[in-house]
Amino acid sequence: MTSKTNRFQGPRASWEALMAKRWLLPVIIALGFILSLALHLGSFNAYYQLTLIYICINVILTVSLNLVNGYMGEFSVGHAGFMAVGAYTGALLSTRVWPVELNPFLFPVTIIIAGLVTALFGLIVAVPSFKTRGDYLAIVTLAFLFIVKSAIENIELIGGPRGIPGIYKLSNLPWSYVWMVIALWVTRNFVYSNYGRGVLSIREDEIASDLMSVRTRQVKLLAFVLSAFFAGVAGALFAHALQFISPRVFDIVKSTDILIMVYLGGIGSIAGSILGATVFTVLLEVLREILGPFQTWRYVLMPLVLIFLMIYRPRGIMGLREFRWFIPARDLFASQRWRSKAEAKKKEAADAAAV
Amino acid sequence: MLLQCKNVTHYFGGLCAVSDFNLDLQQGELIGIIGPNGAGKTTIFNLITGVYKATQGSIQLEGHELVGLRSNRITDLGIARTFQNIRLFQELSVLDNVRIANYGQIHYNPMNAFFHVGRFAKEEQRTIDEAMQLLDDLKLADVADETSKNLPYGQQRRLEIARALATHPRLLLLDEPAAGMNPNEIMTLMDFIQWIRQEFKLTIILIEHQMRLVMGICERLKVLDFGATIAEGLPYEIQNNPKVLEAYLGEGAE
Repeated sequence: MTSKTNRFQGPRASWEALMAKRWLLPVIIALGFILSLALHLGSFNAYYQLTLIYICINVILTVSLNLVNGYMGEFSVGHAGFMAVGAYTGALLSTRVWPVELNPFLFPVTIIIAGLVTALFGLIVAVPSFKTRGDYLAIVTLAFLFIVKSAIENIELIGGPRGIPGIYKLSNLPWSYVWMVIALWVTRNFVYSNYGRGVLSIREDEIASDLMSVRTRQVKLLAFVLSAFFAGVAGALFAHALQFISPRVFDIVKSTDILIMVYLGGIGSIAGSILGATVFTVLLEVLREILGPFQTWRYVLMPLVLIFLMIYRPRGIMGLREFRWFIPARDLFASQRWRSKAEAKKKEAADAAAV
Repeated sequence: MLLQCKNVTHYFGGLCAVSDFNLDLQQGELIGIIGPNGAGKTTIFNLITGVYKATQGSIQLEGHELVGLRSNRITDLGIARTFQNIRLFQELSVLDNVRIANYGQIHYNPMNAFFHVGRFAKEEQRTIDEAMQLLDDLKLADVADETSKNLPYGQQRRLEIARALATHPRLLLLDEPAAGMNPNEIMTLMDFIQWIRQEFKLTIILIEHQMRLVMGICERLKVLDFGATIAEGLPYEIQNNPKVLEAYLGEGAE
């Protein structure tokens, strides 16, 4: 057999050589954390830091929606509703429940509780998904979004339409970065597991999947709950970055933004989620600079991006493809390793026969 | 007795798709269900595998009632099937197609999956090895990494059978496995079906239009027309049954 390095030439060969160095991924992740810590402690430009925090939050939102819309092939438009539940849970905990001086230390707990509460709401959407699919489920999730929004608007105890002002600024860059890495890692792990393959099979053909012993209800439940959990985490981070939340923040436009990030980056791809969220967030900030007094034009430009995307690249930039470093080695090299094992076994048997 | 269907009847609205279907299937048998288009053959497979719930009657696998169970439970009990129109997980790799069918055999909990800890690594490796071995047995190991929709037609058919075998069935339901094949390919398929039957100790029910295949390997036949069983017996008996000729060729045909 020809050796792997000789198969390609030129830039492709060096790309292959780079891809072989899988140990670089953890190194890059660690360097990213050190950089985020340095920027935070070094009091780097606050505006740029906030943009980076938004990128992290948007990556979490995108990857969590991608699980349902991209990997599972459903169409949920209620993601802002999950985000709202997380944001309000987190904000209420830090402003009303925890003692002020303990707040920074309890921040991880705040985030986790916000995620868990939102995960419960994920069940509410998962159950109708057993019965309905496609357009109908989209309407169910839309209804969920409106219910959450009007419920918040009508509960005076949590500020009603005025929202919650004066939330402590607890979401800093290192925390956002850490939660982003956790969200990406757990989602990737889930996708490359038995349940994750079940999620993919539901997208491909739900009836066949059921007939191939996949417990489709269990799989849907897990996917919705995990997706909602991270939407809640992102919501809580968002509340403690913006420092003010009101029901108006979590409207259909917010859901649409997340949808654009998913379909821009690519459905069914972790790398696509990172790419989509980053490009979209940066583009939004650049537009803010360029447009100046013509801010409303962003509502024309962004949908236009979506329209062209749907026409020319309906699956997004990385649609259904994955960056190789994100695929567990066990899966990436599965057949290759099995073949070499089989060959070794055959050789052993032949040697034994020769003796 | 492995499978017993008693007076199975199914309506789509007012239309009777299957009426009073009876079947006693012994362990290890290979039987065929034939009949013209729209006779209700595939509906019977859908009733056995729980895609539809029978309006009346009972279907039992070794005394275990199947009517009312969800499809994945029925698959776990040991019934697997293929489809008339190939229904692979098209965008996924050949290996993943087979691994998905292993769902019922993998034992770890969601927490193991979220963090890739505990039994996760061992179980995953076991299914990979099992799936690769199966693909190797069915001469598909070389295309394990291909996207399944890119396979040639014949290999797609074989992959569908591989996927069904990955669920560890005792009873295999093949829905027109020879559709679109030429006589040579049908000869190969006949050998292949005989081989998997021996190798995996299967009982098989076959739906087929291709008389060459049905007459060649089935031990017993049932003939359906408009949902009703019009004849059953040994292949050579069926060949000369006037009712069957009428259903296929029309009244008065000689």
